Amino acid sequence: MHRVYLDNNATTPVLPEVFEAMRPFFGEEFGNASSIHHHGQQTRAAVEDARESVAALLGCRAPEIVFTSGGTEADNLAIAGLVGAGDHVITSSIEHHAVLLACRHLQEIGAKVTILPVDGRSLIDPADVRRALRPNTKLISVMMANNETGVLQPVEEIGHIAAEADVYFHTDAVQAAGKVPIDVKRIGCHALSISGHKIHAPQGVGALYVRKGIHIRPLFYGGRHERSRRAGTENVPGIVGLGKAAALAKRWLDCGDDKKMAATRDYLQQGLLAQVEDAAVNGDDAARVPNTTNISFDYIDGEALVIALDLKGVAVSTGAACSSGAIEPSHVLLAMGLRPDQARASIRFSLGKQTVTEDIDLALKLVPEVVARLRDLSPVYRKAALRS
Amino acid sequence: MTRKTIAVAMSGGVDSSTVAAMLRAEGHDVIGLTMQLWNQRRLSGSEGMPESVQGRCCSLDDVYDARRVAQQIGIPYYVVNHEERFERDVIRPFVEEYVSGRTPIPCSLCNNHLKFDQLLIVAQQIGAERIATGHYARVAFDEARGRWLLKRPADSSKDQTYFLFGLTQEQLSRTIFPLGEMTKPEVRELARHHGLALAEKPDSQEICFVPGGDYKRFIDAYLAEQGEALPDTAGDLVTTNGDVIGEHGGVHNFTVGQRKGLGVATGSPLYVIQISGAKKQVIVGGEEHLYSRTLRARRVNLISVDDLREPMRVAVKIRHRHEPAPAVIEQVKTERTGDDEILATFDEPQRAITPGQAAVFYDGDVVVGGGWIA
Repeated sequence: MHRVYLDNNATTPVLPEVFEAMRPFFGEEFGNASSIHHHGQQTRAAVEDARESVAALLGCRAPEIVFTSGGTEADNLAIAGLVGAGDHVITSSIEHHAVLLACRHLQEIGAKVTILPVDGRSLIDPADVRRALRPNTKLISVMMANNETGVLQPVEEIGHIAAEADVYFHTDAVQAAGKVPIDVKRIGCHALSISGHKIHAPQGVGALYVRKGIHIRPLFYGGRHERSRRAGTENVPGIVGLGKAAALAKRWLDCGDDKKMAATRDYLQQGLLAQVEDAAVNGDDAARVPNTTNISFDYIDGEALVIALDLKGVAVSTGAACSSGAIEPSHVLLAMGLRPDQARASIRFSLGKQTVTEDIDLALKLVPEVVARLRDLSPVYRKAALRS
Repeated sequence: MTRKTIAVAMSGGVDSSTVAAMLRAEGHDVIGLTMQLWNQRRLSGSEGMPESVQGRCCSLDDVYDARRVAQQIGIPYYVVNHEERFERDVIRPFVEEYVSGRTPIPCSLCNNHLKFDQLLIVAQQIGAERIATGHYARVAFDEARGRWLLKRPADSSKDQTYFLFGLTQEQLSRTIFPLGEMTKPEVRELARHHGLALAEKPDSQEICFVPGGDYKRFIDAYLAEQGEALPDTAGDLVTTNGDVIGEHGGVHNFTVGQRKGLGVATGSPLYVIQISGAKKQVIVGGEEHLYSRTLRARRVNLISVDDLREPMRVAVKIRHRHEPAPAVIEQVKTERTGDDEILATFDEPQRAITPGQAAVFYDGDVVVGGGWIA
């Protein structure tokens, strides 16, 4: 079966160039980057090259990059590393669980947490951030781009507010990195998380930018790796992959390929809206990353649509998978004010650098077919059709 | 044999896993589905509930087992979320039945109101013509009557037709029970033959969402989670003559036929004869009072016949482990509401006919229909 992958916000395939860059580090380049001998020197050089590539993507200096096991660890390191009992944190209702559940943990150990609402476009109002500030506010953590809608948050304004109030600002840029230009100085953030596998590097590697001079408590102990911010022998192949993917992403953005991707995404979105009635894009009126569109197909069950499309070879997603793999309505869409049935009727399409127009054409053929079949089976749809 | 697309309801047990492997080996396009019905962690750690739950249904271990089988036999596999509906159509009625003094069967509630309905809908949505489950039962089309029949399986010790009396003609026409002709040892042998690691996995016995089988604790923990108080159903312990001989802590602690835990000492053994939710009374008496010749069944589903125009001789099964007893069934009207009911009159009085349980009518191996004991 020909398979089309449109779930790149879940994970992306490792690009061939990235894989080739990593290959030596599974074989002849095996040294421990902390070793003083030749083998260690070789891998140390590779790790530091990668650090520079990542720093270049984010507009920071190489020593400000801490390599982690992924976006979740980067988020946890930023939050648990900067906040303690008695501190106050401001975050939003549409954050990834890596942030929300880390904040919940802080609550359990005696921190206070304010969770800000969003509007119907999934946008956070910077005025809400300002109003939520307290004398003991230590950290604001607001994501740069939302994983479900792709909507870009007003991080620069929030950065100003944080600077004025002299509190730390962390942004989870896992879904923004490699899709839109990032400059940590323009954002004014003190910490910023990225994940390798969302930008065509492998799973199991990520990074946290920590502004120079900020002391961050490590999550675990065991060595002075990563300037004592992250103990443990470096995942050299993964870090090399992340470095290569970051370099490719920077070049891709510099060439304006993000605009091409936005055009391909819009082609998909317009095609679906033209063919399917009672469909609407979530977060349509806000600035979005170029690869994501989240569409509600009224009267259908997104879970059934995802399964039916998978059986026809199209991979998309809906909501969040719980531990068993069952799907729960997206907390992001609910926070935007969608009814539970609308949230359940929503599908996320997310493109990757490997996505080609033929992929979109196949989706444009299959999605309307499957939606029509599901609606034929839906009593709610039949009732609505009778009314109109 | 024509190749079909079949959705198999996989619980992570031996039976449904073997069904999936069999159908796959026969060359069908098989899609594995597990229904996520109840989050086992929801009440774990609540007062009186075990910290780590050993409940069967929808436990992560069972989903893991089902997924591993699907991977091994090479079929697509999905978990579909029906938690909301399960809570509404099974958990809530289960709790309410107990609180009103009846003894419900959640498995039948689930089969009648959720499992088959929803599985068939999902199957249709994803392009599967049929569903298959690991139930021990048989389905056959009877040309003469023009009806789909539900029949007892070859292995009568595993008969699950008692829990399937609510199946409609439409549901039966699209359902297959591949284990209907097999015995349990044969199923295990087939599982071994297909190399399934769970071939020796023990059978589940208890109610899937009640870990350890302690339904009283479950009801307490569920109502506490919902922020609802357990209705105060404490009241009098009354003899069949109407004498008050003590008090009880709530009608949901009792079931008809129960002997232990009455909290009164008398010379002769006492049994729960009847529970009156309205009066909050638990009526107790000697064993002889447990026997009754008739029952009334409500919300009846008929399978082998479309209507009961005249009285019919059948055998009636009144609980899971009950040998169907000869009786005559006839259609009657409820005195107050005028709803259709079925009156069953047994040849011999039956012990502990329990409101809330199902009464299922058999004509030999054929399920005539069934309803809920009033």
